[in-house]
Amino acid sequence: MSIDTAPTVSATALDATSGAATRRDILHRLLMTLGPILAALVIAGCILLAVGVDPLAYYGFVLEKGLFSPLGIQQTLTRMAPLLFLAAGLIVAFRAGMWNLGGDGQFLLGAVTAAASAPVFVQIMPSWLALTCSFLIAMVVAMIWSLVPALLRAYQGVNEIITTLMMTFLGTSLANVLVKLVFRDPGTTVPQTRTLPVEDRLPRLFDTTITSGLLLGLAAIVIVHLVMTRTAFGLKLRIVGANPRAAIHAGLGVPGLTIAVFAISAGLAGVAGAVDIIGVQGNVRADWNPAYGLAVIPAVFLARMNGFAAIGFVFLLSVLSIGGESAARRLGVPNHFTLVLVSIVLIMLALAEYFDHRYNQSRRA
Amino acid sequence: MTGLFSEVFLSALLFGAVTAAIPLLLAGLGEQMSEKAGVLNIGIEGMMLAGAYLGFVGAFYSGSLWLGFLAGAAGGVAVALIMALLCVRIGLNQIVIGIALTLGLEGLTALLHHFQFSRSYPRLPAADATVIPLLSDIPVIGPAFFKHHLIVYLAIALVFGMGYLYRRTQLGLNLQAAGDKPAALDVAGIDVIRTRTIAVLTTGALAGLGGAYLANVGAGLFIPFITNGAGFLGIVLAMLARGRPVWVLFGALLFGVCLSLTTAMQVAGINIPTDVIQMLPFLAVMIMLVLFGRRASLPAALGIPYERGAR
Repeated sequence: MSIDTAPTVSATALDATSGAATRRDILHRLLMTLGPILAALVIAGCILLAVGVDPLAYYGFVLEKGLFSPLGIQQTLTRMAPLLFLAAGLIVAFRAGMWNLGGDGQFLLGAVTAAASAPVFVQIMPSWLALTCSFLIAMVVAMIWSLVPALLRAYQGVNEIITTLMMTFLGTSLANVLVKLVFRDPGTTVPQTRTLPVEDRLPRLFDTTITSGLLLGLAAIVIVHLVMTRTAFGLKLRIVGANPRAAIHAGLGVPGLTIAVFAISAGLAGVAGAVDIIGVQGNVRADWNPAYGLAVIPAVFLARMNGFAAIGFVFLLSVLSIGGESAARRLGVPNHFTLVLVSIVLIMLALAEYFDHRYNQSRRA
Repeated sequence: MTGLFSEVFLSALLFGAVTAAIPLLLAGLGEQMSEKAGVLNIGIEGMMLAGAYLGFVGAFYSGSLWLGFLAGAAGGVAVALIMALLCVRIGLNQIVIGIALTLGLEGLTALLHHFQFSRSYPRLPAADATVIPLLSDIPVIGPAFFKHHLIVYLAIALVFGMGYLYRRTQLGLNLQAAGDKPAALDVAGIDVIRTRTIAVLTTGALAGLGGAYLANVGAGLFIPFITNGAGFLGIVLAMLARGRPVWVLFGALLFGVCLSLTTAMQVAGINIPTDVIQMLPFLAVMIMLVLFGRRASLPAALGIPYERGAR
């Protein structure tokens, strides 16, 4: 949990005399991101070779379907919307030193709430108001869901890793119960909620299939980044994260801030669920759990809780997952390979950061 | 309703509870050791999956359950080796690497299963039980607790072995110190990195064994994502147990009863979604936490990589 990342970034940017140094810095960062990804592709390629698949053909599909084909890039950008909200929520929690590992439960409950409320609301009020209300309800439900871990942490000192993990198991089951028993669409045989008509969903951007949820997600993560780095409230949260005891001595109301952090983090995860349902899926099927949270957590860490860097990592995750899905269909490699690829990419990025750090230290010494 | 509470039903329920509890117990005991030594091992789910897959492959091709268990433990250790290398030796972020390992092993084992077994879905024969004489003749309790595979008794003996290790041995104290005040351990001339590595590798072996038991004895086959969060449950158990192995056993049995109840209800034809029953153990623990809200007693240096000479 370092507080000093923001000042160093702005210091290099403000230093007008060293344009060349800035350029070298950008080049260096680009190299430090692309290098490990390339290494990960080589390692994952060896696994593909071992199971008898041509790695070049596979990566070709991933790039074509995830990045370069018009339809693929639109799907990729659409996939980013929920991930961005999840990342924004995690940035708040992690910067404040709270391990909210319950993102998936909060996400699913938000999704189910949105799926249950939106089809009802669109019948009684204008579309824009209906969707706004659904978003708000999803957010509030997820916030309430986080209240138990928040209160336990704030007033009893119960470790939030245990409580959020347990609440995510509970939330996943509860979401299923709600879909199967309470909000089940009587018109279908498979248990799922009522489907939101396509024309009532979030509008698409221009003439594309990209959901406008992407813009909301980008706005959320940028706002979160600015609040955490540029406002007094963000500073307070970072102090709590860096040293909770010092925060108490500085006169900060730590229990109140703790509850606020959980509420914001869970609320954003709930909105992530809502944006996926209202923007893309239209309904929640029973046992649907994309488990986005698990992949976003390490990405946020690697971005060092920096909002802009997190956007980059979320984009990378989306390309890999959309491209992997297409390649899986074409080449007969099960979709599970995407998990392997993402895992190796994460490890390589972490390793690169370590060696970079070591190199800088030895140069300074 | 007589059928629901008959002797046979009850002992089958308890038998299932023990079978479901053993993987959780092994994972919880393993995680407990890592946490004691200051390593938050989120990769344990991946270690269990590696153990489940290799354990099944070993048992399937060799025809021996014991070789399967050995292969499973070895699989867990192999994953733990990566974790130890990256998180203990060079001090990378334990949460990033732990989650990455879990994701990677989920994908890898599912991938290998797809190419190897997805057409045939082979099964192992039912495991032979070691029947304990006299005790197994007690009605209800006998068939429920004393007719298991030998490894079940070994796992329960391990609980007490662990208790002894933590209380009475030098290694146990070293592990504790590595988690509470690693610098002090270093000053005392004990290698912190080595102590933590031992802990992580032991975790891998236990988690792998738990996974192998889950696949070979519990299910009799390997399917992708077979652990279904058992490793995360292990983390919860280890944290709730506050460093005491016996509490891991109690916790594992509680979760085991609830898991077994899920299956039993379905067999008995009671029409409640399994999700409702799956929520029971978590609800019970959350209610306990709300009522007795005890302050967590986690090691002070949990999750912090040790770097010699750092401030």
